[in-house]
Amino acid sequence: MRAFFKLFVDYFTSLRLTVILLALSLLLVFIATLDQVNLGVWAVQQKYFRSLFVMARIPGTDVAVPVFPGGYFIGGLLLINLIAAHLYRFRLEWRKSGIWLAHAGLILLLLGELFTGLFQREGMMRLDPGTARDYAESTLKTEFAVIDTTNPGYDDVVAIPEGALEKLTTLQTPKLPFTVRTLLYYPNSALVMRNQAPDAAPSPADRGFGPQFVALAQPVTYKEDEQNFPTAFVELAGPEGRLGTWLVSTLLTEPQTFTYQGHTWELMLRATRYYQPFSITLLKFSHDVYPGTDIPKNFSSRVRLQTPDGRVDREVLIYMNNPLRYGGFTFYQAGYQNDRTSILQVVRNPSWVIPYISCSLIALGLVIQFGIHLFGFIRKRAVAAAAA
Amino acid sequence: MKKSIPLLVLLLGLAYLGSTLLPPRAKSDFDLRGFGRLPILVNGRLKPLDTVARNTLLVFQGKQSFTAPDGQPLQPIEWLLDVLFNPAVADSYQHFVIRNPEVLALFGKQGGTQEYFSFNDLRSGLTELERQERMAEPVDDAARTPFQREVLDLYQRLVLYQRLKASVNLEDSPDFLAELLRFEKSLPAISTAFLAKEAGKPYNAQDYKTLTDFVSRFQYLSDSGYLLAIPPAAGNPDPNAWQKAGDALLATFRQGAINPDVMAYGALGHAWRLKQPKDFNEVVRLYTQQLAQRFAPQLEKCRIEVLFNQAQPFYSGMILYVLTLLLALISWLKWPDMLQPAAFGLMVLAFAASTAGIVTRMWLEGRPPVTNLYSSALFVGWVAVALCVILERIYRNAIAAVAGSMIGFGTLLIAHHLSLSGDTMEMMRAVLDSNYWLATHVVTVTMGYGSTYLAGFLAIIYIVRGLFTTSLTKDTADSLTRMVYGIVCFATLFSFVGTVLGGIWADQSWGRFWGWDPKENGALIIVLWNAIILHCRWAGMVRQRGLMMLAVFGNVVTSWSYFGTNLLGVGLHSYGFTQGTFTWLVGFAVSQVVIIGLAAIPLDKWRSFRGAAAAT
Repeated sequence: MRAFFKLFVDYFTSLRLTVILLALSLLLVFIATLDQVNLGVWAVQQKYFRSLFVMARIPGTDVAVPVFPGGYFIGGLLLINLIAAHLYRFRLEWRKSGIWLAHAGLILLLLGELFTGLFQREGMMRLDPGTARDYAESTLKTEFAVIDTTNPGYDDVVAIPEGALEKLTTLQTPKLPFTVRTLLYYPNSALVMRNQAPDAAPSPADRGFGPQFVALAQPVTYKEDEQNFPTAFVELAGPEGRLGTWLVSTLLTEPQTFTYQGHTWELMLRATRYYQPFSITLLKFSHDVYPGTDIPKNFSSRVRLQTPDGRVDREVLIYMNNPLRYGGFTFYQAGYQNDRTSILQVVRNPSWVIPYISCSLIALGLVIQFGIHLFGFIRKRAVAAAAA
Repeated sequence: MKKSIPLLVLLLGLAYLGSTLLPPRAKSDFDLRGFGRLPILVNGRLKPLDTVARNTLLVFQGKQSFTAPDGQPLQPIEWLLDVLFNPAVADSYQHFVIRNPEVLALFGKQGGTQEYFSFNDLRSGLTELERQERMAEPVDDAARTPFQREVLDLYQRLVLYQRLKASVNLEDSPDFLAELLRFEKSLPAISTAFLAKEAGKPYNAQDYKTLTDFVSRFQYLSDSGYLLAIPPAAGNPDPNAWQKAGDALLATFRQGAINPDVMAYGALGHAWRLKQPKDFNEVVRLYTQQLAQRFAPQLEKCRIEVLFNQAQPFYSGMILYVLTLLLALISWLKWPDMLQPAAFGLMVLAFAASTAGIVTRMWLEGRPPVTNLYSSALFVGWVAVALCVILERIYRNAIAAVAGSMIGFGTLLIAHHLSLSGDTMEMMRAVLDSNYWLATHVVTVTMGYGSTYLAGFLAIIYIVRGLFTTSLTKDTADSLTRMVYGIVCFATLFSFVGTVLGGIWADQSWGRFWGWDPKENGALIIVLWNAIILHCRWAGMVRQRGLMMLAVFGNVVTSWSYFGTNLLGVGLHSYGFTQGTFTWLVGFAVSQVVIIGLAAIPLDKWRSFRGAAAAT
C-alpha cells in the first residue's frame, strides 16, 4: 500500500509529467488556434479550453467521444503537479527562491483563468447621444422577455434565457399567470414576408406579427463579424386554455402586445440584458481620422455616470486604452456607428486583478532565478580568468 | 600584422558607411535635393517628396532604381518629377512590373519576355482590366485566387499612378502654369458673373461658362489628386490641415486670390517641363524659404528623412553582414586570430548601421522602435545581433558572429520584402496609438522572438559543425551549450513578460486579459516551448544534442507565432492569407525539421565524435 502511494506521489511530483503536460497544452493551443478559422473564438474556447475533454463526433453517428484532454484537464493536472512538487520535492532555500516565486505566480495565474472562465460576463452598450442606459446587452445570448406594462410607472419583466427555450418544454412560473411552451426554436433564422413566399406552409403562429412572416431556419454562423438571429414559436396557455401562439425573433425590433386578465403584456426576444445599479448617458462621441485618410486616430466618449440615489453624478471620458472602472464593471470604448453612436464594451470580471499580481510574481521569480544563474556564470568566468 | 588586419578591415567598413552619407554627385543642373526635401502630407504623415518617389517606385516595380527608355538611370525624385509634371513622358516609362501570365494575357502580352510595362503599353487592355477588377473586388480576401489578387494589385497601382499625375498638374493641359495665370487674370470677371447669377441679375454667359469650366477641371484635381501638397494657410492653427491642389484652387473663390503655393507648384512644373533649371531652382529656394517661416521643424525632419532614404543604412547593414559571415566562416578554417576580430569589428559596424537606421526611424515617427511588421523584422534582427555582439565578446570563437550575421542578414532581407507595399512609417490605428504599450509590450515580445531565433541558430551551428566537420571539440561544444542555454533563459523571460504585457494592454483596451486570439496563442506557444526546453534540461531528459534539437524547433514555433498566425484570417492580428508567405513558412519549417532529423543520427556517426566516447 505504501509502495502504491509512493508510486502515486512520485508520478505526480515528477518533472517528466510537467514536460508531458506542457507539451500537451502546446498541442492543444495549436490545434484550437487552427480550428478558430472554422468555429470562431467563443466556440473554440468552450470546446478546447473550458472543458475536461475535447469531444469529436464519430463520423456518421451522433455519438461524441473524447479525443484529447481539454483545458480544465491539463490545467488541473498542471496545478496538482506543481503543488505536489512543491510539497514533496522542493526545499525552501534562497537558491530556489526565484522558482518558488515563479511557480506561486503560475498557480495564481491558472486559478485566475479558471475564475475568469466561470465568472466573467461581457456585454455591449450601444449609446446614442442623450440616451441614458442602465443595462448592457450580451452579444451572444438572448432572452425571451415577457413584460407586464400595465403600470405606467414601471415594467415587470420576466426574462427567460434562450437555453430554456431551446429545450422545447413547457415553462411554468409563479411570476406569470400563463405557461410558456416552446414549439419550435431556430438558433439562427431569416424572416420573409408571407406575401413573398405564397407556397410556404401555414404559420404555427396565430397572434401578433407571426402570421405575416415565414420563418426559415439558417445554419449557425461562427464568423466574427456575423451575428445569429434566433427565432422561436411560443404558445402561451392560461388555466382556461391556450391564449395563442406567437412568433418571437431578434429580427423583430418591435414588441408584440396583448391583454390578459386586465394586464397588458409585451413579448420580445432580445439580447440578454445585464442590469447595473447606475446609468450611463452618452454626452458626446468624438472620432478623429488622420488627415486625408480613413485611418482612425482616436475614439472617445464623454459620458455621465449617475446612480439613482443621486450620490454619484459625474462626467467621465472613456477612450482607447483608457477604460472606466466603476462598481465592479469596466467600460471600454469598443467601436462606433455613424460618427455619433458610441459602442461601449462592458465587462464584469471580479478576478481581473489576478493576472496582474500573478504575472508580476512570475516575472520577478524569473528575473531572480536567471539573475542567480547569470551572476554565477560571471563569477566563474572571473575566477577562471584570474587563474589563467 | 595580426593587429593591423582587423583594424584595416574596420577602417574600410567605416569608410564604406561614411560614403553612404555623402550626397550623390550632382549630375543635374536642377536642385533635385531641394525639391526632394519639400514636405507633403500623404496617408496622414507629413513626408518629403523623396520618400513618395522611392515608395511609389517600390510599389510599382519592387525596386527603387529606374532607367529611362533612353538608357539613362534616373534618381527616384527625377522619376517623380516626370510623373507629376511631364505625364506624356511618364506614360512611356516602363515601371509597372507584371509577371503573372494570366494578367499579361489581358494585355495580349503573354508568352513574351517583357516584365516591365509602361502606361502606354497597357492602354489597350485597360477596359478589360477594369472589367476583371469589378468581378474580383467583391470576393472575400481569403477566397481570392492569385489571378484575382494580381488583377486588384495592378489596378490599384494604375489608380495610384493616375492620382499622382492629377496631384499638382492637369494632364491634358498644354501648360498648367499658363492656365493658372489665365484663371488669375479672369478672376474679377468670373466672380462678377457668379455673384450676378446668384442674385438672379443679368450676367455675362461667357464669363460664367469660363467659371464652370475652371471649376470642373479643378474639381477633377480635387477628386483624383493623391498628394496633399498645399500647406495650411497662414491663419490656420492646425498644422496638419494640408490640402490637395484641387481643393486649394476651389477655395480661390472664398479667398479672392489663388493660393500662392499652388502657383509655386505650377511654376515648378513649367520649369521642369521646359528644362529651365535656373527658374526651377529659384522657385524651390523661395518656396522652401517661405515654408521655413512656419514649418521649420517639419522641414528639418524632411531633410533628415531624405538623408536617411539616400543612406539606406539597412542595405549597407546587409552588405556588412554578408562580409562578416564570410570572414567568420573562414576564421573557423584558417587564421582565426586575424579573422575573428575582423569579423567581430564588421558585425559591430553593421549593428551600428542598423541601430542608426532604427533610431532615425523612431525620431521621424515619434514612436518606439516597433510599430508594424516591417519594423518588427528590423528589431528582431537587432536584438539577436545585440546578443551576438555580447556573446562574441565573451567567447571570441566567431560562433556568435556567424549566427548574428546570418540572422541580421535574414531579417533585413525579410524587412526589405515587407517594405514593398508602400510607406513603412505608417500612422498607428487608434488602439495602437499608445507609445507606452508599443514601447513595453511590443519591444519585449520582439526581443523574445529575436532571442528564440538566436538560440535556434546557435543550435544549428552546433549540429552542422558536429555532423559535417571535426571542429566541434569538447570546448566548443560546451561553450555552445552554455550559449544556447543562456539564450533560452533570456528568451523565456522576455517572451513571457512580453506576452503578459500584451495581456495587460488587452485588458486596458478590450476588457479581457486573455482572449485566445491566434496571436496571443502563438505567443503562449513560444513561452510554453521555451519552458519545455528548460524543464527537459532540468529533468535530465535531454543533454547537449537533445537541447540543440529542441532549440532548433524553437525556430519553427517562433515563425508560426510571428508570421503563421497572421495568415489565418481570424483574430485581431490577421493580415490576410498570402500564398508567398505561406510557402516560405512551410519551406522554412521543413528545413528546420530536416536539420532536427539529421541531429538524430547516432552520435558516434558525427564526424566530430567519431572515435571519441559519446560527447554528451
